[in-house]
Amino acid sequence: MNQFQYSRPTKQQAAIDAVAKDPNAAFIAGGTNLVDLMKRGVTSPQKLVDINRLPLGKIESQNNGLRIGALALNSAVAEDRQVREKQPLLALALNAGASPQLRNMATVGGNMLQRTRCAYFYDTTMPCNKRQPGTGCGALEGVNRMHAIFGFSDKCIAVHPSDMSVALVALDAVVQVSGPKGNRSIPFADFHRLPGDTPEKDTNLTPGELITAVDVPDGPFTKHVHYQKVRERASYAFALLSVAAALDIDGSNIIKAARLAMGGVAHKPWRLTTAEQMLVGKPATEETFRQAADVAMQGAKSFKYNAYKLKLGPNAIVQALKTAAAA
Amino acid sequence: MNTEPENASPHDDSRRTFLKQSTLLTAMALVPGPVVSAAEAKLDERVAEAIEQVPLSLKVNGKKLKLSVEPRTTLLDLLREQLHLNGTKKGCDYGQCGACTVHVDGQRVNSCLSFAVMHDGKEITTIEGLADGDKLHPMQEAFVKHDGFQCGYCTPGQIMSAVACVREGHAGSEGEIREYMSGNICRCGAYSNIVAAIQDVKKGGQKV
Ligand SMILES: Cc1cc2nc3c(=O)[nH]c(=O)nc-3n(C[C@H](O)[C@H](O)[C@H](O)COP(=O)(O)OP(=O)(O)OC[C@H]3O[C@@H](n4cnc5c(N)ncnc54)[C@H](O)[C@@H]3O)c2cc1C
Ligand code: SF4
Ligand code: FES
Ligand code: FES
Repeated sequence: MNQFQYSRPTKQQAAIDAVAKDPNAAFIAGGTNLVDLMKRGVTSPQKLVDINRLPLGKIESQNNGLRIGALALNSAVAEDRQVREKQPLLALALNAGASPQLRNMATVGGNMLQRTRCAYFYDTTMPCNKRQPGTGCGALEGVNRMHAIFGFSDKCIAVHPSDMSVALVALDAVVQVSGPKGNRSIPFADFHRLPGDTPEKDTNLTPGELITAVDVPDGPFTKHVHYQKVRERASYAFALLSVAAALDIDGSNIIKAARLAMGGVAHKPWRLTTAEQMLVGKPATEETFRQAADVAMQGAKSFKYNAYKLKLGPNAIVQALKTAAAA
Repeated sequence: MNTEPENASPHDDSRRTFLKQSTLLTAMALVPGPVVSAAEAKLDERVAEAIEQVPLSLKVNGKKLKLSVEPRTTLLDLLREQLHLNGTKKGCDYGQCGACTVHVDGQRVNSCLSFAVMHDGKEITTIEGLADGDKLHPMQEAFVKHDGFQCGYCTPGQIMSAVACVREGHAGSEGEIREYMSGNICRCGAYSNIVAAIQDVKKGGQKV
């Protein structure tokens, strides 16, 4: 691994300035994605700005929701009493990710910003437009079992691997960001981006922008929720695909509100708003869920090795909605 | 700068300890004193300009240490290569196996995926720090009793993770134990005996 300079500012502005003025500088939080990529020579920042001394780890209730600090650990958020009461879907998604040890290191900000990636991105002997723009995409004609079925371009077909982010996009979270030009809020659905012609960019953050918190608005999704993760072993593996489902169901089994999102299918966490709209006002039955799944999968396209996702996807959606309804 | 443990314990006179301290002293001698102290004064606010070593204070298995490390040294490499605490194992080196599990301020983490400097001021416990002198920790005893290992390579990580699993309150059922021990891979497949050892400790209700 290359040598790098290390700093540990205690002031937020100092951290932002340090990264904003130097294109070879990067923030480091839990390090579980960045250290991995640095060890493999995929990325080699010359300066690391350790943000762990900034006071960004709190989980607080505010007016209409929860504010989760960017440095809150994945394990701490999943175990937090308020999160479990108000946003059980988020706790479920977090606990489906990585391992207990990694969740004790991984932060909320870092989890969102883990790279959208694939095995070719890691293999520095292979072409990859995301790692090295213009070299081509190794996965397009390669082993693309894990890859996207929605929203890809011919430049990149990788998926965003975060479980937490699938829940956050479903729950209409808002990302709070502070940068060289001040503060701004970014709706979660607009935070990550599709690859288009610039697959090297995973998100709409600009250089030096620091995530300070994620706000999750209160909602009716405190009971009928489920995070369905399909993976090759029971635990401690990235998703082949996943579904976050949240329902609000009235006394006569009619769906009053619905949220649905998928992971492992696109370059960003994939919200399924058309299917959500279709669910509202319908009875919470398997037939309804099957119709929603059909709507959700419209427009999906597969590659040589990931056609299984076209069948697995709708089944996982039905399963997630059924389990959520029964919860 | 001083690499001597502040509270030397009776076990410190082994040849291994002598060797690791002398290696450390040799390493330290290569860093000009003024560079280290300049870095110490400014690190929290400023980039450690052009220096290759940064100061690091840690408490490792109860002993306070003042060290000097390259920023790119992982916590795992610091423990194994600089401090010669070889109980913590390097399996994958990429967060995928759990062999390198240690406790940082009581929380289990993969020491291979973080830089040592990020833990300045923290308390690290490794497998070497678990026993109370010659008396094994209850989890170590349970692993012996239940044959919780075959080749033993994953065992230090399994035990550190198992202790945390019980402390966290995640050892309520076999299913819960399996889920919360899933960050520790055992190539020999000693899983059922590991689960039995954890259940035994949990049932015994001893302080872990
Ligand atoms: C073996 C393994 C298995 C895994 N399995 C899963 C899984 O099943 N599901 C899952 O969801 N994830 C999984 N992960 C990924 C893991 O969740 C992420 O690595 C972790 O969440 C990243 O968080 P971090 O704090 O460690 O980020 P870091 O590695 O510290 O940072 C990641 C990126 O975010 C930037 N950054 C961090 N914080 C901020 C901030 N506040 N503002 C601006 N930029 C910031 C950094 O500059 C860096 O580019 C796995 C990882 C490993 C190693
Ligand atoms: S899918 Fe994206 S990340 Fe994977 S090789 Fe192609 S360009 Fe790189
Ligand atoms: S060596 Fe750290 S997880 Fe494998
Ligand atoms: S005992 Fe051999 S790897 Fe676990």
